Amino acid sequence: MSKHPGSAQTVESAPAPKPRAPASGSPATGRACGLEVISLTKRFGDFTAMDQVSMKVRPGSFHALLGENGAGKSTLVKCVVGYQQPDEGSILIADREQQVRSPREASMLGVGMVYQHFTLVPHMTVAENLIMSRIDTPQFINWRQARVELEAFMQRMPFRISLNAPASSLAAGEKQKVEILRQLYLERRFLILDEPTSVLTPNEADEVLGMLKEMCRRGEVTVLMITHKLREVKAFTDSVSVLRAGRYVGGGDTDDLTTEDLAELMVGERQPPAAESRAARGAGRTVLEISGMRARDDEGVPAVRDVSLSVSAGEIVGIVGVSGNGQKELVEVLAGQRHAENTGISVQGQPYRARRSEMIRHGVAILPEEPLRNACVPGMTVADNMAFRVFDRAPYSFMGWLRNGQRRKRAQELIKAFGVRTPGAESPIGKLSGGNVQRAVLARELTGDVRLLIAANPVFGLDFKAVREIHDRLREARDNGTAVLLISEDLDEVLQLSDRILVMYEGRIVYETTRDQAQVRSIGKHMAGDHA
Amino acid sequence: MEEQTDVLQEQLTGVAEALGWWGVPLAILAGAIRASTPFLFVALGECLTERSGRINLGLEGGLVMGALAGFAFSHITGNPWAGVLMAALVGSLMGLIHGVLCSLPRVNDIAVGIAIMLFGVGLAFYLGKPFIQESAPRLPAVPLGFWSSSGAVQSALSVNALFVIGVILAPLMVLFFRSTRWGLVVRMVGDNEEAARAAGYSPMRVRILATMVGSAMAGIGGAFLSLYYPGGWSEGLSSGQGLMAVALVIFARWHPVYCMLAALLFGAAGAIGPALQSVGVSWGYYLFNAAPYVLTLVIMIIACSRFRTLRGAPGELSVAR
Repeated sequence: MSKHPGSAQTVESAPAPKPRAPASGSPATGRACGLEVISLTKRFGDFTAMDQVSMKVRPGSFHALLGENGAGKSTLVKCVVGYQQPDEGSILIADREQQVRSPREASMLGVGMVYQHFTLVPHMTVAENLIMSRIDTPQFINWRQARVELEAFMQRMPFRISLNAPASSLAAGEKQKVEILRQLYLERRFLILDEPTSVLTPNEADEVLGMLKEMCRRGEVTVLMITHKLREVKAFTDSVSVLRAGRYVGGGDTDDLTTEDLAELMVGERQPPAAESRAARGAGRTVLEISGMRARDDEGVPAVRDVSLSVSAGEIVGIVGVSGNGQKELVEVLAGQRHAENTGISVQGQPYRARRSEMIRHGVAILPEEPLRNACVPGMTVADNMAFRVFDRAPYSFMGWLRNGQRRKRAQELIKAFGVRTPGAESPIGKLSGGNVQRAVLARELTGDVRLLIAANPVFGLDFKAVREIHDRLREARDNGTAVLLISEDLDEVLQLSDRILVMYEGRIVYETTRDQAQVRSIGKHMAGDHA
Repeated sequence: MEEQTDVLQEQLTGVAEALGWWGVPLAILAGAIRASTPFLFVALGECLTERSGRINLGLEGGLVMGALAGFAFSHITGNPWAGVLMAALVGSLMGLIHGVLCSLPRVNDIAVGIAIMLFGVGLAFYLGKPFIQESAPRLPAVPLGFWSSSGAVQSALSVNALFVIGVILAPLMVLFFRSTRWGLVVRMVGDNEEAARAAGYSPMRVRILATMVGSAMAGIGGAFLSLYYPGGWSEGLSSGQGLMAVALVIFARWHPVYCMLAALLFGAAGAIGPALQSVGVSWGYYLFNAAPYVLTLVIMIIACSRFRTLRGAPGELSVAR
């Protein structure tokens, strides 16, 4: 037991009811610890990311931290785990004031965090990843003994992952599970989760959260979960705190608060019901047709395996699936960023190889995920980035000379029309926030004659307001007769927007339904690979 | 390489005269063992450095500085092993410069590597002028040809102690990467910097150390050049082994034992020319001597693809990102 980092803190806890393998440590009851922050303030230059935030998390509770992007949730938890130091205020862990100067110190106190991005080492196996996360990794690792201990630990866990699999070979859901397993392996008393379910299927999310809830109930651990999903807050958590613009704006027991209350606290205004105006219209002409597309991923493994689909004018076809099932590669082939073994793409009845001339001729627009990386040159100005599709054509170019004035004028119009918040058309696009980069790219792609729009995770990481606005733009494009192919990991988004829904799993389209007949249950099952 | 092949030539002609055409494989084997030792050390060193997430092209500089330091110290102290030790020390200093410079913000490891390479080679030529005509005690050889009565075979199979050390080192490094804490830390830093930081390790410190040790091994490889084969100090001593070893590590997929096999392959390629000439094949001498360079090129073409990143490449490596 002494080999384990968490055990230093477990000395005062009750002795184990039965002997366990050394790596498994002591169990538990009552070892969960509480957290209290008092008047916590953090400034970055002139910007106050977190302003006098005070909140309390009871030991053994499952607590949700709600808030929009930029509300200060990440700043708060980063201060708690020692990634950042607060400028003012104090942090109490297990009722004792603590200076947490580094994640290592947090981990000594039994506080651990599961990050939104994965922190597994890709070319190490699950076993190696677990061993290396310990503070007291032995100098020489006796793998035979370590494996026995790890197997014993896995036996007690609600989900199992092969210890020998390299982390890079795991699906996103499995990686998330390993991240959580690792924290449990380290015997955390206080666990912080940053949007843990964003990459999981609904069933997987329920499984993981249900398990955490159970562990909280038994008093083994306290969980603080950052989330956007009100459904999860209502279904699993005991209490909730809401941050808005860096301030604590409310909270309490989850049972006392309705979803509407929470949403109002979060955005500060009542949400209007989702606009579902949709003029009934027969299906238009087929615009995009894909038959038998096959492509490999960066590692040379087949990622898109025989995908066939079609999108007609005036409809949104949503492809939903857990990330890493070939959607990224599919979009890259459509965008001309990836070589396919068999593209099989035709647009408006003509073969399409994602050339610039073809994109212009057929009015193809693409809003890829991570637009700053995939569709922008971060160091170039907003105006230049907005002109990528047209800069070399009249009236922005004359006899091979670019007309900067024209380009700037157009950019200013677009910035206004799409509400891009930027210091000016001439500032580098890389300096803008995620939502504004998204707006700028959307402005570029949706201007002019657009007959086919391909959008991949268009609202990933954006706040409520930006999400609504971008969704409205997509609907508007559809209503104007554009064929829209929406690829998303967010089932709610696909359900809200799509006329037809396809489920992609392991590089194939495994399920298709119309929105009217869509059943969340069966979509979820197919996303999780259960096609029976 | 010309300097080396001339010396090899003389030794191998004896083998060839004694054995005729049968001497060719033996000559290639002997050549492989000799010519591969510097490749072996540089490649193992580079393997360690790259596993930590940095590319050190400056190993050529460490190698040449090591060659000079080894020769000079062997000459001064009369003990070749003191020379090897000094070579490692000087090599690690070159690695320290590279490691520290690359830890500054917005400094590119490849650019610094090229600078270190030019710096090391230039400095060694400048400091080495007085040693050009000198001689120094050589490193001892292990006679693996003892079973044969032929003097030629014996001379071809006398293997340097450093080669033996290098061959033992390769599997030890595999063990290091698999079963020691520090080996796993190096892999962690090289594969996911964030994860290493979250676990409380300083990627910067690990990388500087890995670069130092890697560069020290390049220095030892250099000492082999000046203290054993071809021996002596001259400005044409190295012929880009330090650079070719980088290609070799990629070819070997960052695996120490494959690095060893690849080093042997490169050594053998370098020995084809002299081995053939020793049995009287007079055409294409320079063509065959170019074999290692052609091999480098072919390997790079096969290993690098526009469509996929390298399988097994450490994630933090600037070429893999």
